Amino acid sequence: MALLGFWELYRWIWTTTGWTWPFVVDDTSMPHIWTIGHAFFQPTQVNQPLLITILLHKMAFTAKEAAAGFAIGALVGFGLGVLLVHSRLLQRGLLPYIVGSQTVPILAIAPMVVVWINPKLPTGLQGWGAVAVIAAYLTFFPVAINTLRGLQSADPRALELMRAYAASRWSILWKLRVPAALPYVFSAFRLAATASVVGAIIGELPSSIQDGLGGAIINFNQYYTFEPQELWATNIAAAVLGIAFFLVVVAAERAVVRRAPENVA
Amino acid sequence: MTAKALLARAAQWLPALVVAAVVIGLWQGLIVAFHVQQFLLPRPSAIATTFWSDRHELWPAGWYTFKEALGGFAIGSGLGILAATLVGRFKTVGTALMPVFIAANAVPIVAFAPIADAWFNPFSPHSKMAIAAVLCFLPVMVNTLRGLQSSSPRQIELMRSYAASELTIWRRVRVPTALPFVFTALKIASVLAMIGAIVGEYFGGATSALGVLINSDAQIFQFTTAWAGILTASLLGIGLYLAVAVAERGVVRWAPRAQGS
Amino acid sequence: MSAPEQTVVSVEGVTKTFAHGNVTALQGIDLSLAPREFVSLIGPSGCGKSTLLRVIGDLLEPTAGRVTINGKSAREARSDGDYGIVFQDAVLFDWRTVAKNIALPLEMLGWDRQRRKERVAAMLDLVELNGFADHHPWQLSGGMQQRVAIARALAFEPALMLMDEPFGALDEMTRERLNLELLSIWEQTENTVVFVTHSIAEAVFLSTRVVVMSPRPGRIAGAIEIDLPYPRTVETREDARFFELVTRVRELLRLRGEHLLPEEEAALE
Repeated sequence: MALLGFWELYRWIWTTTGWTWPFVVDDTSMPHIWTIGHAFFQPTQVNQPLLITILLHKMAFTAKEAAAGFAIGALVGFGLGVLLVHSRLLQRGLLPYIVGSQTVPILAIAPMVVVWINPKLPTGLQGWGAVAVIAAYLTFFPVAINTLRGLQSADPRALELMRAYAASRWSILWKLRVPAALPYVFSAFRLAATASVVGAIIGELPSSIQDGLGGAIINFNQYYTFEPQELWATNIAAAVLGIAFFLVVVAAERAVVRRAPENVA
Repeated sequence: MTAKALLARAAQWLPALVVAAVVIGLWQGLIVAFHVQQFLLPRPSAIATTFWSDRHELWPAGWYTFKEALGGFAIGSGLGILAATLVGRFKTVGTALMPVFIAANAVPIVAFAPIADAWFNPFSPHSKMAIAAVLCFLPVMVNTLRGLQSSSPRQIELMRSYAASELTIWRRVRVPTALPFVFTALKIASVLAMIGAIVGEYFGGATSALGVLINSDAQIFQFTTAWAGILTASLLGIGLYLAVAVAERGVVRWAPRAQGS
Repeated sequence: MSAPEQTVVSVEGVTKTFAHGNVTALQGIDLSLAPREFVSLIGPSGCGKSTLLRVIGDLLEPTAGRVTINGKSAREARSDGDYGIVFQDAVLFDWRTVAKNIALPLEMLGWDRQRRKERVAAMLDLVELNGFADHHPWQLSGGMQQRVAIARALAFEPALMLMDEPFGALDEMTRERLNLELLSIWEQTENTVVFVTHSIAEAVFLSTRVVVMSPRPGRIAGAIEIDLPYPRTVETREDARFFELVTRVRELLRLRGEHLLPEEEAALE
């Protein structure tokens, strides 16, 4: 609520004083809150469904991509973490590239990934499946890094205890390392939840997929000068989706991690 | 550094170099062996050749985008540190605003790229700087705040026993404690800044910008040139990241050298 | 040591309650220390010995009662740098070298660089850490870190030392060696010490007087004068008188430490 008030106040000050720094404030750059709110319940064109109906459909589509991407990314990231914790050699060999992978501008590769992967997918997955892969690319990184850190965080004395029991690597992993890593993994999941939505939207942009929020952003961006409130409404939908994903992960964390996650970054 | 220490450092990086050699070798080999369509995934040698032959176009474009990223990085990180300092000063404000920051952190900021283009001139670097700055702001602000709040209560008690003022405690305890947190955030922000600039350019920008270049090349299936552009962007991103890491080593000199990171 | 003509620390009727008055950590504490006294506070956990130390150092404000140090209020004494404090953990600043950690209180007091340098060198000598000046805390063992903390507390020659279980986290051998070192430092510096511990042997070995505290609420259960002669050595620990005093402290602790006597409990209600 305070945020909405601040928006209108900022608008009011800048329009009445005529300040143009850092940018010109008018009905196009900062539409009134109520204009944006009203836009949700208007059809975008004559004989079309309401904007909110369209946006809800697009949100569901993007959510599907993001969820699939999150699942793939989380699995791959967790697997990588487990793999790396067992081999210093692999850690030294792969870790620099896992970090480096994030400096690759994914938006730039997205069209190539889509063109490359799409024909190989079964018909049911075509289009959104490729976008999910891009979402997974953004998701796996925080999960891999934090899983590794979490698995390494197991108490060395507890490790010795397990060795004293002649426990196998497998049972050390599941009975000790994984429980120790859970708070780290979930803190990565929280980052990954947002990243998967970002990845899904970015993936849609260059792949001419019109059914999701990314497509809607491109579409409404073209009419921004006439109908700025529609792009704003789409962005609010994207924000809601991002926050919803985040909250789902937080809820799952509450259910799974009963301990107080102390100082877990 | 002695010769022995240098050798040990080299041995640490050896596995990484081997992996690079094997991957590039396989990539090149498989494409040649299985006649993969050149336009989808070009040979590494072709990308490298283009990276060099198109340097008069690619490198200035990279530099242009890099400047946008750097500007956004500086503005966003600066404001993030400033905001964290202010919020850290007034505890009640901090606790009241924390949920807002956490929610804001979960918002896909890239969706706002076209709006930044509408606010600023899309052909000016300012719109890209704005996106990069917004992307950098939150992680830096949240991490700095966490750093400022993680001072040891005992160290503060010790300073109180010297009758130190709040300002002195801030300067001598809180800031040094926060520095490692700040640098962790700055490393994240350095990567985000480059991505922010390129995403910003996707929605339109000066033709001399790297993101615009990659995008237009990809649309006309000039994938080799696009990959060379991606290589340029990655190298610049890694460069900025390494610059921050080097600065960290210079400032946070007291920490034991973490292995392998 | 009744009615000393001169007091360094005087605690009068100090009561401290926490959590909006729900927990009484200290109740009606009276204690006074003459110059050159070495007083140990001992008692089970929760008896408020660390709280009392912090009240003396003006790190906590008493709910009722008064603390005077060298004739000044505790607040003034803190501002004047009248005491040095050592905690259970060394509480060193990771980002400072050993030398700079020791110099920290001197910087706060505005000493110039040359004077700081000389004093730090002397302190490193005192705690036998020459050659470690430029090390960072993480490069030192626990015992060495604690010696740095002691050097830091002594650096500005405070007349009063407050020590909160300074050797509590160390192994027995290191602890006994540091006990001897601390005594020799004390004999050189002629300061007054308030020493919190949960080790009976340590309290008896170090102190001129052992003050036993009882828990819930924290009160002084009694005091025992330790008449073992100084300088105390390794042999002191094998002295019959040493065992006798240890036994007396232990009995006082058992009698009054764990639980209050029934009539006292009744009197409190």
